[in-house]
Amino acid sequence: MAAPSPSPDPIVPVVRAFVCTVVPEADALNEERWSELRRLIDLALRDRPAALRHRFRLAFFFLQWLPLFRYARPFTALAPARRARFLSFLENNSLQTVRIGFFGLRTLALLGYYGQPQAAAEIGYAATARGWDALR
Amino acid sequence: MNTRSYDIVIIGSGAGGGAVAQELSPLCRATGLRIAVLEKGPKLRDDEFTGGELEMSRAVYEDGGGFLTADGAMTLAFGSAYGGSTVVYTGTSLLPPARVIEHWNVPGLMHEEITRRAQKFIQQNNVHLLEDTLINENNKLFVEGCRKLGWRAEQFPVNVKGCRGSSLCNLGCPNQAKQGTNRVQLPRAEQNGVEVVTRCEVLRIEGKSVLARVTEKSADGKGEPSSWPPGDYRIQAKAIVLSAGAVHSPALLLRSGFERTLPRLGRGFTSHPAFILVAEHPRPITNFVGHPKSFYLDQFAESGGFILETCMYFPFVTAKSLAGFGAEHSSFLRAFPRLQMILVLACDHIDEHNHVSIDSAGRPVVHYRFTPEVAQALVRGAIASAKIFFAAGAARVHLPVASSPTLTAADASRLDDLAAACRFVPGKTAVSAAHLQGGCGMGRSARDSVTDSRGRVHGHPGLFVADASLFPNSVEINPYLTIMALADRVAETIREEWQALQ
Repeated sequence: MAAPSPSPDPIVPVVRAFVCTVVPEADALNEERWSELRRLIDLALRDRPAALRHRFRLAFFFLQWLPLFRYARPFTALAPARRARFLSFLENNSLQTVRIGFFGLRTLALLGYYGQPQAAAEIGYAATARGWDALR
Repeated sequence: MNTRSYDIVIIGSGAGGGAVAQELSPLCRATGLRIAVLEKGPKLRDDEFTGGELEMSRAVYEDGGGFLTADGAMTLAFGSAYGGSTVVYTGTSLLPPARVIEHWNVPGLMHEEITRRAQKFIQQNNVHLLEDTLINENNKLFVEGCRKLGWRAEQFPVNVKGCRGSSLCNLGCPNQAKQGTNRVQLPRAEQNGVEVVTRCEVLRIEGKSVLARVTEKSADGKGEPSSWPPGDYRIQAKAIVLSAGAVHSPALLLRSGFERTLPRLGRGFTSHPAFILVAEHPRPITNFVGHPKSFYLDQFAESGGFILETCMYFPFVTAKSLAGFGAEHSSFLRAFPRLQMILVLACDHIDEHNHVSIDSAGRPVVHYRFTPEVAQALVRGAIASAKIFFAAGAARVHLPVASSPTLTAADASRLDDLAAACRFVPGKTAVSAAHLQGGCGMGRSARDSVTDSRGRVHGHPGLFVADASLFPNSVEINPYLTIMALADRVAETIREEWQALQ
């Protein structure tokens, strides 16, 4: 008998919607690149204190459900323009804790996307150990 | 608990620890002294320096380069590897201004002496000006912009040998060209008989011994295994030199209960908070090829409280440094081959709030708030940078402290109106720091400092500090040569007092 498949992590679609709002090009990533993006984020958090990892999960939870009070829908159900407006609201919030929470999530999204060598190549970044020799 | 016994234990292998190890190492040969350097980070093989942004950050930086201040508003970047932060700096080699050392007002510490002691390391580490053919356009445009504005950009002396211009200095040079302590002082010390133990984190100092933990190499990690088997160690020493840097040195002393006799422990922390600013030119320029940090502008250090330096970072760090998100943010990243970058550093000074403490688990916690002076200095530096960008021909500039971050050449004449200190918003504006200083400052007595002018910890014979935590206030330049000069002074003190220390 096949083992039951693990229930999907509810945070995954929130992360995906968030990353696509922060980096619109992420919308075109294939599953392999999404899986690499998640791996890089997991790796970045792996060695950090458990409390910090917990705060990130909590931040994604709030990100998903806070829009209910403003738009009567969770973050993943918002149209892209509304998602962006909501993130601007967080980024410019008068509470430093909220701004820093957003900054932390944004950092993870950017790490997962631009930390991939393919993304670096796509934006024309091509530094190598060969330096000047690579130009000649 | 394993036990070991040495004459001298040095904690940390960066600019301070590496210099002390080298300077004391002749004693191993001449008199049979046993000296160990305990380094928390790993020693990487040459072929492991790949230049990959995330993999190298994870391998050679504390917390992968993401160590945050207590409120999360600033990222502190410091190395954790054989060679400490000298593995990840750009090798810029400046001497401190005389006015700074005079302002430090440490009894018996003169600018002339620091300059004289630094000369030795300038020679050893091959400090020189890069020839013009190795200067890329990212740097040349900075010089040109400054010249058009009537400002004088200075060239950084750098400590490289055989630089191929990979631009990857901050990830550890993949060509072994940068002459950090991992390339110069530590190998020399080891040749003379000093033992360097990597992956060895010192947990506490107890009297004349240190408690340390050696960790195993992780399956997916870089670097060689430690020369000691994993486990806990008690290491006896007649003299202990603390060179773990401005975050870990005070934290280690705090964990060890020294605050009872040293009320200034952890105080006086400064860091040169910095912005990375980005501009887009109409054409591709050479930017990720060539040494990334060849020029600086310090003529506003006194009057404006800021220094500008050329720089070139990697995709993720650049993305993180830009304010905002979405299409506009992406558009700058997608212009990477056309980007020019400038680093704005604020010359911060001691603020009573800013200090190093420890949490309940004994981990370091850095408390830092941006004073109004620092915020103003960063904004003044940002405006000056924007002027340089536009004078150099940039089509648009990303200015995170402007009412709207993307500015075009049409905005060049009203930069002073568009940017304001009130738009510097902690938590929104990305700020990082890599020049971490203070926490075990030098001074006269335990009332005003942690050590005396020769790095002796007040009231604790045989315990010394030799790293940037000694700085009693900001050094206002890239700090490694000053650290090495002070470490040289500490090593000399240990040599002179060795008979009494036994």
